[in-house]
Amino acid sequence: MNAHAQPAALRAPFWTPGVLVMFAFIAAALFFIVARYTGGLGAVTNLSDAYPWGLWIGIDVATGVALAAGGFTSAALVHIFGRHAYESVTRPALLTAVLGYTFVSLALVVDIGRSWTIWHPIVYHQGNSVLFEVAMCVVTYLHVLYIEFIPIVAEQYRGRVHLPGPLAVLNRPVDAFLGFADRILDKVMWVFIIAGVVLSCMHQSGLGSLLLIAPTKVHPLWYTPILPLLFLMSAIAVGFPMIIVENGLASASFELQDESGLLARLSRVTIFLLGAYLVVKLGDLFARGAHVHLWEGTTQSKAFLVEVVLGVIAPWCLLLSSRIRSSRRGLFIASALIVGGVALNRVNVFLVSFQPPYAETSYFPSIGEIVITTGFIAALMLVYRVLVTYLPILSPKSREVASS
Amino acid sequence: MNLNRREFFRVAGIAAATPLLERCVEAAGGELSGESYGCLVDLTRCIGCRKCEQACNVVQRLPAPERSFDDLLVLEKPRRMDSHTFTVVNRVHTGVVDEHGRPVPTYIKLQCMHCLDPACVSACPVGALTRKENGAVHYNASRCIGCRYCMVSCPFQVPCYEYQDPLTPRVRKCTFCFEQRLAEGKIPGCIGVCPVEALTFGPRSQLLETARKRIQDDPGRYIQHIYGEKEVGGTGWLYLSGVSFDRLGFQKLPERPMPKLPETIQHGLYSYLWAPIVLFGALGGVMKLTARKAPGGTPEEREEGAES
Repeated sequence: MNAHAQPAALRAPFWTPGVLVMFAFIAAALFFIVARYTGGLGAVTNLSDAYPWGLWIGIDVATGVALAAGGFTSAALVHIFGRHAYESVTRPALLTAVLGYTFVSLALVVDIGRSWTIWHPIVYHQGNSVLFEVAMCVVTYLHVLYIEFIPIVAEQYRGRVHLPGPLAVLNRPVDAFLGFADRILDKVMWVFIIAGVVLSCMHQSGLGSLLLIAPTKVHPLWYTPILPLLFLMSAIAVGFPMIIVENGLASASFELQDESGLLARLSRVTIFLLGAYLVVKLGDLFARGAHVHLWEGTTQSKAFLVEVVLGVIAPWCLLLSSRIRSSRRGLFIASALIVGGVALNRVNVFLVSFQPPYAETSYFPSIGEIVITTGFIAALMLVYRVLVTYLPILSPKSREVASS
Repeated sequence: MNLNRREFFRVAGIAAATPLLERCVEAAGGELSGESYGCLVDLTRCIGCRKCEQACNVVQRLPAPERSFDDLLVLEKPRRMDSHTFTVVNRVHTGVVDEHGRPVPTYIKLQCMHCLDPACVSACPVGALTRKENGAVHYNASRCIGCRYCMVSCPFQVPCYEYQDPLTPRVRKCTFCFEQRLAEGKIPGCIGVCPVEALTFGPRSQLLETARKRIQDDPGRYIQHIYGEKEVGGTGWLYLSGVSFDRLGFQKLPERPMPKLPETIQHGLYSYLWAPIVLFGALGGVMKLTARKAPGGTPEEREEGAES
């Protein structure tokens, strides 16, 4: 049994070379963020009137949301479908979702032209707009995620809140809040868990609906009325592989409980989920007759082939073999391919497929866009590290197991 | 020095355009009725004088251009609208020649098409873009968040952005002179100034009749296609041409309005939030069922767990 996989604060040393590298990335990004708020979007990005959406929408927002899907898929698996054996994967997945959506929101603040108006959709509703629906879902889901996260904080700090310096006056109120929230949430958490899954299904598919309004600008390899369904299916399929990839990365820098057996079993679900996505995606491609574009030799056709062959078909075949599933490295590689495939899909849909009729040049992200994106990713990883250090999220290797 | 020169032309431009603009106020006949207005562009009449560009620049108080509106050499290269140019005239050679064998160019005025069912209005998450009753697609900067989804969605690639403004950038496009003129019963600046009546202002239904009549009266001069009558569900600005629109760089566009598909999906799933509520109920039911089982999971799972 995996009962000994018990989440605990890792208490690992903070200042490692990796952390310094993260800080360097963040500092570089801050430089360009200052430039963005002094010279405008035009000063740091390659965005234009023809290409109004770039790397930040493709990676930070679309890919960020997709790769945070481990949060709702694992919550559904464990809390709704009652597969409690997988309990230990829910906390890191939840943390990834919390951080993923937080950074999606931050990236949006930087990307939108009038950053301080980010709250407008909450007040000015426009029910016909797909983006309005996505925005409202993301805002609500972000709050749901934070609420789902409270019990983890309470578990660690309830009854022992010691804020530093003058903040100490807040010790009692914070403690009281944690206790109160913990007690209430214990009874009503099911509402938030289900709401989280529903909201995720809504905006994961909603992101796919965004480009349906521009049929003449999106390459036929990707433009399909079922784009929202494909976005939802790929988000569901990438949830568990993302958990496996994260576990692999976390295990590389922390002494963690070996959960490869559990993850191998989890990946069996992925065979079905990814297979279903593949069947629907290819079925749709041939049903629309868009497969004729596959061998055009253009950037678009190549990007589509890489996305499907390397990002879906190859890892699906790998996962079919039980030898690969039970090998740590094999499972990691297969999962990483799936994660890469879904990320490439989002980039393809939002950037590669986008062909404005009167564009003179094509879009390629600027140094500033790339640096800000990597800065956000580095900041996310850094906060992840801090939180697993102080909160019971990952399961450290227990002494007995280590010595045996 | 250069600036002074430019400023001179600007002032001169305003002076030249003003009487023309005043004249067309009368032409509109005061109050506009509650109808949806548009403009008929007759490409067979346009002479490429760029007076419409100049009038637009003056009425909209846009920054003076780098090259004077009298400079017809700018027609050498096809241009697009930008954040301080709401309309441009381009010259296209289609191979048509006159009786002396000289090429006859076609001049094409571009601006916001003021669609009947605009993609940008449907896309905007905060309702900063709206379609007014008189036909103008109107932008309200104070609501705008700067997501630029309108620009992504526009099939004509019209809205432009003030990318150089760090804090208060605006989406920029032809306003149909909504605030400057239409609201007061005056007709848009570019239309009134046209010296050859290539631009005709009026209720859209009437413009379509006018267009059909012109084609009927002179079938040799026109092709049988009113661009904008059916494209993307219809546009406020309509075009008549003597050569195929494909050859002039006009896109072949579907007759279905762009917002149709996404709006059908959105309203299909989210009217009264029925789909999310059903999903919530279904998941709640599943949760209740599984919770009844032993907390250790199903026997199968315990067996699975023992494998590791």
